[in-house]
Amino acid sequence: MTAGPAPLQAPLDIGFDYTRSLGPVLGRFMAGLAARRIHGVRGSDGRVLVPPVEYDPSTAAPLTELVEVANEGTVVSWTWVSEPLADQPLARPFAWALIRLDGADTPMLHAVDAGPEDRVSTGMRVRARWAPEPAGRITDIECFEAIDKPGGSPAPGEIGEPVTMMTAPVQLRYTHTVSPEESHYLRGLAEGRLLGGRCPRCGKVYIPPRGACPTDGVPTVGEVELPDHGVITTFCIVNVPFLGQRITPPYVAAYVLLDGADIPFLHLVLGCRAEQVRMGMRVRAVWQPREQWGTTLHNIDHFEPTGEADAPFESYARHL
Amino acid sequence: MTDDIAVVGFAQAPNVRRTHGTTNGVEMLVPVFKELLDGTGLSVADIGFWCSGSSDYLAGRAFSFIAAVDAIGAFPPINESHVEADAAWALYEAWVKIRTGEVDTALVYGFGKSSASELRRILSLQLDPYTVAPLWPDSVSIAGLQARLGIESGAWSQAEMASVVARGRAAAKHNPYAQLAGEYTVAELLAEPHLADPLRKHDCAPITDGAAAIVLASASRAPELCARPAWITGMAHRVESGQLGARELARSPSTATAAEVALGGRSGVDMAELHAPFSHQELLLRQAIGLSERVTVNPSGGALCGNPMFSAGLERIGQAAARVHSGAADRVLAHATSGPVLQQNLVCVMEGRDS
Repeated sequence: MTAGPAPLQAPLDIGFDYTRSLGPVLGRFMAGLAARRIHGVRGSDGRVLVPPVEYDPSTAAPLTELVEVANEGTVVSWTWVSEPLADQPLARPFAWALIRLDGADTPMLHAVDAGPEDRVSTGMRVRARWAPEPAGRITDIECFEAIDKPGGSPAPGEIGEPVTMMTAPVQLRYTHTVSPEESHYLRGLAEGRLLGGRCPRCGKVYIPPRGACPTDGVPTVGEVELPDHGVITTFCIVNVPFLGQRITPPYVAAYVLLDGADIPFLHLVLGCRAEQVRMGMRVRAVWQPREQWGTTLHNIDHFEPTGEADAPFESYARHL
Repeated sequence: MTDDIAVVGFAQAPNVRRTHGTTNGVEMLVPVFKELLDGTGLSVADIGFWCSGSSDYLAGRAFSFIAAVDAIGAFPPINESHVEADAAWALYEAWVKIRTGEVDTALVYGFGKSSASELRRILSLQLDPYTVAPLWPDSVSIAGLQARLGIESGAWSQAEMASVVARGRAAAKHNPYAQLAGEYTVAELLAEPHLADPLRKHDCAPITDGAAAIVLASASRAPELCARPAWITGMAHRVESGQLGARELARSPSTATAAEVALGGRSGVDMAELHAPFSHQELLLRQAIGLSERVTVNPSGGALCGNPMFSAGLERIGQAAARVHSGAADRVLAHATSGPVLQQNLVCVMEGRDS
């Protein structure tokens, strides 16, 4: 199924918060940041590593001795960002830099708000610019700026208890593409048709058709139009409420095997009481009004019992 | 324990800026597996172990490597594993598996659809999650910091970086799978604007969708599967600290150690494929491995001419092995990298044996 229009695609935005426990070393480092103070840790060889690490990079020995370093230091290397990406420290052009703070032996990575690019150089002296309300996270340092810039942040404060947890939000944006076979299926749905495909080796009919038959590793071929009725192979009664639920529990999620298909798909069964649903029950699709159809299985609102006699177990046993 | 193991087959998808496929790689992998199995005369059932490299962050979905298994036709059930790293590390796992004597063949594959999202931002997620990743520094910017450290310490120059690009793109004219190829002069390249000063766009690998696969076989099977197997005489990998500031970014001690172990005291090779996603990294790696001026590096064009995430390292091993298979080279070295600015490095040395 290589011919035909380009596969369908759609934006896929994913967001999640990582919640991380910090432990004693990073917990004290973060508590320092909340007080506008930066700490390193003394390594096995006596070097002061900033930000602190829990284990020595060379010897893997546990490290515990925190050492306060200055809020200012020297640029060791830098690069220029003319078009900042989402969530970076600054929304206007800036430099990323490796900055060796006074009192530290290793440089730390952070942003430098330098003005135009020709103001940045290796050896440049910079100081931390603090967020208005530091809260014990790395972004408490908004960025670094030239040390001769007027202004400056308030004086460091008293260090509180170690910070125990941090939350790191992640927002990712993708363009999700479905396979050519799935695209054909979705376009069929927009016309109210249920289109499957057949594996050329084992002969099984898949709906949706697939880029690879899981048994034989070859794409399904042809177009097999299937009816909108079939049999329930197995089901579960959903009693548990969850975020985003569209229907009030209890309701039935069932595997529906369309007549002529070899693979069932999951859908809703309504139109009878949940306890009346059973394996082998014959069901048919209840479609949304035609004007609401799109390239989606949502066109079928749910399945409902047809009232016909149940299918014998042997007729669907190998599809369970 | 079986020590003699060879690469007996290699196939890859074309390196392209964007495919119409899904992020589970099936559309790229189905033809690659077919080419590889047809070429070696093996069937799915003949393969003792399958191992893949890919990333859910790149795919934007959980357990994407499970969906990729569909491309195998995994029935009856197969012996399978996965690494969330370049598939060169999957090859290492398969090599160990064969050495145990448990299996005598393995098929290793990697795939990635980098075009599905914003690659250099996705790669921020491999950084320290407490003190670095929350700032979202992107992979191109971090490579820019590394490039400047080398330039200002005198380890390499922008002109040398440009000559790496010119040589790679010219070589890639002979690689039908390359994404970028052509004739460029160093002067032309240096006239281009900076992308992440001191890096220009051509100093950075392109964004590439791709897949690659390799068949490994033990000494008892290799001769029947390949006229001139590429025998793995040494393979090692090493990792450096996760803290960028604690590393010597203008050097690569992990590559140097891995190369020393893999070369086993015999430094001479005919050619090398180095996985350098940025031009200065080819210069850095060449120095770390100790390759002489005589050694041809990246006759395929290298990652600067096509960098499919999670298979570009495996592709280096396959490209080097293919030169042993064809008789064009006798002893070759392949390098793969994973993680930010060459954090992890693997070196694989292979040779042909003419009896």
